[in-house]
Amino acid sequence: MEEKKELQIEETSAEQTVESGAMKQTSTMLSTEDTETPLDKNVRLLSPTRMVLRRFFRSKLSIIGLIMLISLFAFCWLGPVVYSQWGEIETDRTGNIDYIATVIVGADGKEMVQMIVGNNGINSLADPSSAHLLGTDEKGMDVFTRLMYGGRLSLTISFLSVFLTSAIGIVLGGLAGFYGGVVDGIIMRICDILICLPTLPLMLILGTVLESNGVPSESYIYLLMGLLSLFSWPGMARLVRGQILYLREQEYMVAAEAMGYSTARRIFKHLIPNILPQILVSMTMSLGSMILYESTLSYLNLGVKIPYASWGTMIEVISKRSDILQNNFNVWGPPGICIIIAVLGFNFIGDGLRDALDPKQRR
Amino acid sequence: MFKYILKRLGISVLILFGVSILLYTLLRCIPTDIVDQKIIALNQTGVNVSDEFIKEMYKAYGLDGTILEGYFDWLANVFQGNFGKSFISQREVISELFNGDRLGTSFLVAAIATVFEFLIAIPLGITAATHQYSLRDYLVTVLVLIGISLPSFFFGQMLKDIFANKLGWLPVSGMKDASLTYANGWEAAVDYLRHMFLPILTVVVLSIGGRMRMTRTNMLEVLNADYIRTARAKGLSEGKVIYKHAFRNTMIPLVTGLAGLIPSLFSGAMITESVFDLTGIGNYALAAMTQGDIPVIMTYNMFLAFLSVMGVLLADLMYGVVDPRVKLA
Repeated sequence: MEEKKELQIEETSAEQTVESGAMKQTSTMLSTEDTETPLDKNVRLLSPTRMVLRRFFRSKLSIIGLIMLISLFAFCWLGPVVYSQWGEIETDRTGNIDYIATVIVGADGKEMVQMIVGNNGINSLADPSSAHLLGTDEKGMDVFTRLMYGGRLSLTISFLSVFLTSAIGIVLGGLAGFYGGVVDGIIMRICDILICLPTLPLMLILGTVLESNGVPSESYIYLLMGLLSLFSWPGMARLVRGQILYLREQEYMVAAEAMGYSTARRIFKHLIPNILPQILVSMTMSLGSMILYESTLSYLNLGVKIPYASWGTMIEVISKRSDILQNNFNVWGPPGICIIIAVLGFNFIGDGLRDALDPKQRR
Repeated sequence: MFKYILKRLGISVLILFGVSILLYTLLRCIPTDIVDQKIIALNQTGVNVSDEFIKEMYKAYGLDGTILEGYFDWLANVFQGNFGKSFISQREVISELFNGDRLGTSFLVAAIATVFEFLIAIPLGITAATHQYSLRDYLVTVLVLIGISLPSFFFGQMLKDIFANKLGWLPVSGMKDASLTYANGWEAAVDYLRHMFLPILTVVVLSIGGRMRMTRTNMLEVLNADYIRTARAKGLSEGKVIYKHAFRNTMIPLVTGLAGLIPSLFSGAMITESVFDLTGIGNYALAAMTQGDIPVIMTYNMFLAFLSVMGVLLADLMYGVVDPRVKLA
């Protein structure tokens, strides 16, 4: 009777040798139990990608993170299609109308009813109801609707800026790592300088610069985050450079060079795929921090401009009006919770990815 | 070693030059500067402002020349120890920023928060690592990740709303109770700490996550090492294995991390300080930045840049001290 033992040899990527533990296990199993069947029949090989995916989905946290983000994206992009009573910057002008009726006696002795109609005009700071699921803010705009539009903006911005930052970082870090020498020296010194610029003050200064130069309020936040990308790439560049410096010395890269492959092929076919995991983890993590930065800027009134919504802008009102802070949690609570869900989702996924991709953390 | 330090210091000076050039250029790109604002204010009060007066004012603020000239003026002054006067308060920037009220407050908040951060994060990291993939690991991880994901302004305002407004246990904001007169120093200290409690809590909750994750990752790495297997194999108790053999080896990044803390100890938590209206350096710099107060912004940011350069250098040197495998050259 043939005992089929399913063993998994986990091989991560080309440069890493098969994990010693698994190897030993395999050899002992083979020597004691079935020496006759050849190795490859006995062992199910997993491709690196499938293995990473398996480990990623084994962690419950990464699944929760994925669910959180998917529902958030659905809420922000599909939500306004379903719930379309109110627009992003549409003010509820139904207002509440006060009637004050008084009976007055005229000069000729006849009684008259005088009615004073007080029209507040804007239905501001309304409580949650069927007309406004989460009530209205101080300008009479629907909180629930703004939550969805604000989410669109916050998520889009964080994705755009992370992609831009990473693109600059990968290109410059790649150049520095691959060519070394003078190129490396110059790029790394620029990195040193930029890393010493404190992020939040830098953002404030950039925000003030843009604001005082009269940038239109729709494109303002995009420009700001774009500008910020020009200053925040060093982290990614250092990561890529470090990895390339390490990988360049590996045997398979030497072999690729000995085979006479072109530089482009060596970089894109052999180097980049091996750095991709680290890049991916770092990008996921920075998606979360970008959302935090964007909302902080908006909270300081230097981010998304009113009347346009972003989660940070929606919270900003409580820095000026403590009555809203105390009485209207429905105005500032939901956007804060959305920020937490988004950042937490990205952190869960980033964490799961890192554990799944890190060859050292295998147990 | 000496040569290495000297070389690194030289590079640090170059970096600081680069940072100052970048910052100054950026700051001068703000077109509506302080002089314009003053002139507009004067115009509104009906005073006729002559062109010469405007020129005089630009000169007085050091904004008359090109960016390059302005930068070299600034640099020359700095080398003479003169960081200029704040545009807004007209007082010396150095004495404005570096006094007990500003730097002192920020340092106190950061120092206490850092102590608690380490005291809470390290044990959490260790239990999470020793019980990897257990319920405890998940619970700790989820809690600290929530901490990282909190926007500081939101969390601060929430704490303020709950503990100060709704429950009334702690003061809402500020540094001390204006209405109170203290009978003795002890009461004053208690009142001060009551005001500091929420800001410190905010900073601690937000920062535990990073430290805990770091401890956990390092601990996991160490626990997989051969010498831990050896320690277990020779029959040591689990406590001894973890705290004597494993934990000591996770200390390396923790100790070098101490040097990296230097900037955050002195920089002030900008947002938290402004939420709780503390007089710290961060809150002051935040106000300066929204008002375009160039001398204050320059000094504050150069101070931060200096601290972070020094922090990196110290961390590298610490590596050489703590870890005998690392050789500095």
